[in-house]
Amino acid sequence: MIPLSWYILLSAALFTIGVVGVLSRRNVFIVLMSIELMLNAANINLVAFSHYLQSLTGQVFVIFVITVAAAEAAVALAIIILLARNRGSVYVDEFNILKG
Amino acid sequence: MMNQLIFLYFAVVILASAVLMITRRNPIHSVLFMLLLFFHIAGVFVLLNAEFLAAVQLIVYAGAILILYLFVVMLLNVDKESLAARANKFWPWLIAFGALVIIEIAALISRGVFPTEAGQLMHFSAGAGVNDLGELMYRNYLVPFEISSVILLVGLVGAVMLAKKDSTQ
Repeated sequence: MIPLSWYILLSAALFTIGVVGVLSRRNVFIVLMSIELMLNAANINLVAFSHYLQSLTGQVFVIFVITVAAAEAAVALAIIILLARNRGSVYVDEFNILKG
Repeated sequence: MMNQLIFLYFAVVILASAVLMITRRNPIHSVLFMLLLFFHIAGVFVLLNAEFLAAVQLIVYAGAILILYLFVVMLLNVDKESLAARANKFWPWLIAFGALVIIEIAALISRGVFPTEAGQLMHFSAGAGVNDLGELMYRNYLVPFEISSVILLVGLVGAVMLAKKDSTQ
Protein backbone atom coordinates (compact mmCIF):
# COMPACT_ATOMS: atom_id res chain seq x y z
CA MET A 1 0.00 0.00 0.00
CA ILE A 2 0.98 3.62 -0.46
CA PRO A 3 2.31 5.36 2.66
CA LEU A 4 0.66 8.62 3.69
CA SER A 5 4.02 10.41 3.48
CA TRP A 6 4.08 10.04 -0.31
CA TYR A 7 0.90 12.04 -0.64
CA ILE A 8 2.19 14.71 1.75
CA LEU A 9 5.42 14.99 -0.20
CA LEU A 10 3.54 15.27 -3.51
CA SER A 11 1.28 17.94 -2.08
CA ALA A 12 4.20 19.88 -0.58
CA ALA A 13 6.10 19.82 -3.87
CA LEU A 14 3.02 20.95 -5.79
CA PHE A 15 2.40 23.78 -3.30
CA THR A 16 6.02 24.94 -3.55
CA ILE A 17 5.87 24.97 -7.36
CA GLY A 18 2.72 27.10 -7.02
CA VAL A 19 4.45 29.55 -4.66
CA VAL A 20 7.41 29.91 -7.02
CA GLY A 21 5.00 30.50 -9.91
CA VAL A 22 3.07 33.19 -8.04
CA LEU A 23 6.21 35.03 -6.97
CA SER A 24 8.24 34.80 -10.17
CA ARG A 25 5.93 35.00 -13.19
CA ARG A 26 4.93 38.32 -14.76
CA ASN A 27 1.84 37.19 -16.65
CA VAL A 28 -1.20 37.57 -14.43
CA PHE A 29 -2.87 34.46 -15.89
CA ILE A 30 0.00 32.25 -14.82
CA VAL A 31 -0.07 33.86 -11.37
CA LEU A 32 -3.77 33.00 -11.01
CA MET A 33 -3.26 29.45 -12.26
CA SER A 34 -0.44 29.01 -9.74
CA ILE A 35 -2.94 29.96 -7.03
CA GLU A 36 -5.23 27.19 -8.34
CA LEU A 37 -2.20 24.88 -8.16
CA MET A 38 -1.75 25.68 -4.46
CA LEU A 39 -5.45 25.06 -3.79
CA ASN A 40 -5.14 21.67 -5.51
CA ALA A 41 -2.12 20.79 -3.38
CA ALA A 42 -4.21 21.52 -0.28
CA ASN A 43 -7.01 19.35 -1.74
CA ILE A 44 -4.67 16.37 -2.19
CA ASN A 45 -3.57 16.77 1.43
CA LEU A 46 -7.17 16.93 2.69
CA VAL A 47 -8.29 13.87 0.72
CA ALA A 48 -5.21 11.87 1.76
CA PHE A 49 -5.73 12.59 5.45
CA SER A 50 -9.45 11.89 5.07
CA HIS A 51 -8.59 8.45 3.63
CA TYR A 52 -6.03 7.51 6.26
CA LEU A 53 -8.07 8.85 9.19
CA GLN A 54 -11.27 7.27 7.79
CA SER A 55 -13.20 10.49 8.25
CA LEU A 56 -15.17 12.09 5.44
CA THR A 57 -14.80 15.62 6.86
CA GLY A 58 -11.73 16.22 4.70
CA GLN A 59 -13.73 15.48 1.55
CA VAL A 60 -16.46 17.94 2.63
CA PHE A 61 -13.79 20.60 2.99
CA VAL A 62 -12.45 19.80 -0.48
CA ILE A 63 -15.92 20.58 -1.87
CA PHE A 64 -15.86 23.95 -0.07
CA VAL A 65 -12.36 24.66 -1.40
CA ILE A 66 -13.51 23.93 -4.96
CA THR A 67 -16.51 26.26 -4.46
CA VAL A 68 -14.30 29.10 -3.24
CA ALA A 69 -11.84 28.48 -6.11
CA ALA A 70 -14.66 28.75 -8.65
CA ALA A 71 -15.91 32.05 -7.20
CA GLU A 72 -12.35 33.37 -6.96
CA ALA A 73 -11.61 32.47 -10.59
CA ALA A 74 -14.76 34.26 -11.81
CA VAL A 75 -14.03 37.48 -9.90
CA ALA A 76 -10.30 37.43 -10.67
CA LEU A 77 -10.87 36.97 -14.40
CA ALA A 78 -13.35 39.86 -14.37
CA ILE A 79 -10.67 42.00 -12.69
CA ILE A 80 -8.13 40.90 -15.32
CA ILE A 81 -10.49 41.91 -18.14
CA LEU A 82 -10.95 45.29 -16.46
CA LEU A 83 -7.18 45.74 -16.00
CA ALA A 84 -6.45 44.79 -19.60
CA ARG A 85 -9.13 47.22 -20.80
CA ASN A 86 -8.00 50.16 -18.64
CA ARG A 87 -4.22 49.69 -18.48
CA GLY A 88 -3.61 47.72 -21.67
CA SER A 89 -1.35 45.15 -20.05
CA VAL A 90 -1.47 41.74 -18.37
CA TYR A 91 1.90 41.97 -16.61
CA VAL A 92 1.77 42.29 -12.84
CA ASP A 93 4.90 44.46 -12.57
CA GLU A 94 3.28 47.15 -14.72
CA PHE A 95 0.39 47.54 -12.26
CA ASN A 96 2.18 49.98 -9.93
CA ILE A 97 -0.42 52.75 -9.66
CA LEU A 98 -0.52 52.39 -5.85
CA LYS A 99 3.26 52.70 -5.53
CA GLY A 100 4.29 55.71 -3.44
CA MET B 1 2.93 -2.71 -5.50
CA MET B 2 0.63 -2.00 -8.43
CA ASN B 3 -0.95 0.88 -6.50
CA GLN B 4 2.48 2.32 -5.79
CA LEU B 5 3.42 2.24 -9.47
CA ILE B 6 0.15 3.96 -10.39
CA PHE B 7 0.74 6.60 -7.72
CA LEU B 8 4.29 7.20 -8.98
CA TYR B 9 2.98 7.66 -12.52
CA PHE B 10 0.39 10.19 -11.32
CA ALA B 11 2.94 12.02 -9.16
CA VAL B 12 5.52 12.28 -11.92
CA VAL B 13 3.00 13.59 -14.44
CA ILE B 14 1.51 16.03 -11.90
CA LEU B 15 4.88 17.51 -10.95
CA ALA B 16 6.15 17.62 -14.54
CA SER B 17 3.05 19.35 -15.86
CA ALA B 18 3.10 21.78 -12.92
CA VAL B 19 6.69 22.77 -13.72
CA LEU B 20 5.84 23.06 -17.42
CA MET B 21 2.76 25.11 -16.51
CA ILE B 22 4.72 27.80 -14.66
CA THR B 23 7.52 27.94 -17.25
CA ARG B 24 5.68 28.15 -20.59
CA ARG B 25 5.78 31.43 -22.47
CA ASN B 26 2.36 31.07 -24.09
CA PRO B 27 -0.52 31.20 -21.55
CA ILE B 28 -2.62 28.84 -23.70
CA HIS B 29 0.05 26.15 -23.35
CA SER B 30 -0.02 26.75 -19.60
CA VAL B 31 -3.78 26.22 -19.55
CA LEU B 32 -3.42 22.94 -21.45
CA PHE B 33 -0.75 21.66 -19.05
CA MET B 34 -3.07 22.66 -16.21
CA LEU B 35 -5.77 20.48 -17.82
CA LEU B 36 -3.37 17.50 -17.83
CA LEU B 37 -2.57 18.22 -14.19
CA PHE B 38 -6.25 18.31 -13.16
CA PHE B 39 -6.91 14.95 -14.86
CA HIS B 40 -4.07 13.32 -12.98
CA ILE B 41 -5.13 14.88 -9.67
CA ALA B 42 -8.54 13.29 -10.28
CA GLY B 43 -6.67 9.99 -10.70
CA VAL B 44 -4.99 10.50 -7.32
CA PHE B 45 -8.45 11.09 -5.81
CA VAL B 46 -9.66 7.76 -7.26
CA LEU B 47 -6.61 6.10 -5.73
CA LEU B 48 -7.72 7.54 -2.36
CA ASN B 49 -11.29 6.14 -2.64
CA ALA B 50 -12.77 9.60 -3.31
CA GLU B 51 -14.59 8.84 -6.56
CA PHE B 52 -17.17 11.62 -6.13
CA LEU B 53 -14.44 14.21 -5.64
CA ALA B 54 -12.66 12.92 -8.74
CA ALA B 55 -15.84 13.53 -10.74
CA VAL B 56 -16.26 16.99 -9.17
CA GLN B 57 -12.62 17.76 -9.95
CA LEU B 58 -13.13 16.92 -13.62
CA ILE B 59 -16.50 18.69 -13.97
CA VAL B 60 -15.82 21.86 -11.98
CA TYR B 61 -12.07 22.39 -12.36
CA ALA B 62 -11.38 20.97 -15.80
CA GLY B 63 -14.82 21.63 -17.24
CA ALA B 64 -15.74 25.03 -15.83
CA ILE B 65 -12.84 26.96 -14.27
CA LEU B 66 -10.23 26.02 -16.86
CA ILE B 67 -12.55 26.76 -19.78
CA LEU B 68 -13.20 30.18 -18.22
CA TYR B 69 -9.42 30.78 -18.11
CA LEU B 70 -9.08 29.63 -21.71
CA PHE B 71 -11.85 31.98 -22.85
CA VAL B 72 -10.28 35.00 -21.14
CA VAL B 73 -6.77 34.17 -22.37
CA MET B 74 -8.10 33.98 -25.91
CA LEU B 75 -10.29 37.10 -25.50
CA LEU B 76 -7.40 39.30 -24.44
CA ASN B 77 -4.76 39.86 -27.03
CA VAL B 78 -1.48 38.77 -25.48
CA ASP B 79 0.62 38.37 -28.61
CA LYS B 80 3.43 40.61 -27.34
CA GLU B 81 4.16 37.93 -24.75
CA SER B 82 6.54 36.31 -27.23
CA LEU B 83 8.97 39.23 -26.86
CA ALA B 84 8.57 40.09 -23.17
CA ALA B 85 10.42 38.51 -20.27
CA ARG B 86 8.60 35.59 -18.69
CA ALA B 87 9.71 36.05 -15.09
CA ASN B 88 10.84 38.91 -12.89
CA LYS B 89 14.48 39.37 -11.91
CA PHE B 90 14.22 37.32 -8.72
CA TRP B 91 13.48 33.98 -10.38
CA PRO B 92 16.81 32.18 -9.70
CA TRP B 93 16.51 33.04 -6.01
CA LEU B 94 12.91 31.84 -5.96
CA ILE B 95 13.77 28.49 -7.56
CA ALA B 96 16.58 28.02 -5.02
CA PHE B 97 14.14 28.91 -2.24
CA GLY B 98 11.56 26.43 -3.56
CA ALA B 99 14.12 23.61 -3.81
CA LEU B 100 15.25 24.39 -0.26
CA VAL B 101 11.66 24.24 1.04
CA ILE B 102 10.99 20.88 -0.69
CA ILE B 103 14.23 19.39 0.71
CA GLU B 104 13.32 20.66 4.17
CA ILE B 105 9.81 19.16 4.03
CA ALA B 106 11.22 15.85 2.73
CA ALA B 107 13.70 15.77 5.61
CA LEU B 108 10.90 16.44 8.09
CA ILE B 109 8.68 13.73 6.56
CA SER B 110 11.51 11.19 6.58
CA ARG B 111 11.79 11.58 10.36
CA GLY B 112 8.10 10.90 10.97
CA VAL B 113 6.06 7.70 11.24
CA PHE B 114 3.08 7.51 8.88
CA PRO B 115 0.38 4.88 8.42
CA THR B 116 0.54 2.80 5.27
CA GLU B 117 -2.97 1.34 5.56
CA ALA B 118 -6.30 3.08 5.86
CA GLY B 119 -7.80 3.17 9.36
CA GLN B 120 -10.44 0.77 10.63
CA LEU B 121 -13.27 3.16 11.46
CA MET B 122 -14.74 3.26 7.98
CA HIS B 123 -18.08 1.49 7.96
CA PHE B 124 -19.08 2.14 4.37
CA SER B 125 -17.85 0.18 1.40
CA ALA B 126 -16.02 1.71 -1.54
CA GLY B 127 -18.41 3.54 -3.86
CA ALA B 128 -21.12 4.01 -1.25
CA GLY B 129 -19.25 6.96 0.26
CA VAL B 130 -21.35 9.56 -1.56
CA ASN B 131 -24.34 8.92 0.73
CA ASP B 132 -22.21 9.46 3.82
CA LEU B 133 -20.60 12.50 2.25
CA GLY B 134 -23.97 14.09 1.54
CA GLU B 135 -25.29 13.25 4.98
CA LEU B 136 -22.21 14.78 6.61
CA MET B 137 -22.40 17.89 4.44
CA TYR B 138 -26.12 18.58 4.85
CA ARG B 139 -26.28 17.66 8.54
CA ASN B 140 -23.01 18.59 10.26
CA TYR B 141 -21.78 21.25 7.85
CA LEU B 142 -25.04 22.92 6.83
CA VAL B 143 -24.00 26.45 7.82
CA PRO B 144 -20.69 26.35 5.87
CA PHE B 145 -22.67 24.97 2.94
CA GLU B 146 -25.04 27.95 3.05
CA ILE B 147 -22.10 30.35 3.38
CA SER B 148 -20.47 28.81 0.31
CA SER B 149 -23.69 29.41 -1.62
CA VAL B 150 -23.52 33.08 -0.59
CA ILE B 151 -19.89 33.14 -1.76
CA LEU B 152 -20.99 31.82 -5.15
CA LEU B 153 -23.69 34.50 -5.34
CA VAL B 154 -21.14 37.22 -4.51
CA GLY B 155 -18.82 35.80 -7.17
CA LEU B 156 -21.61 35.84 -9.75
CA VAL B 157 -22.73 39.41 -9.01
CA GLY B 158 -19.16 40.65 -8.62
CA ALA B 159 -18.00 39.21 -11.94
CA VAL B 160 -20.94 40.78 -13.78
CA MET B 161 -20.53 44.13 -12.04
CA LEU B 162 -16.78 44.29 -12.69
CA ALA B 163 -16.75 43.19 -16.30
CA LYS B 164 -19.73 45.12 -17.70
CA LYS B 165 -19.14 48.33 -19.58
CA ASP B 166 -19.90 51.46 -17.61
CA SER B 167 -22.89 52.93 -19.46
CA THR B 168 -23.44 55.96 -17.22
CA GLN B 169 -20.58 57.97 -18.71
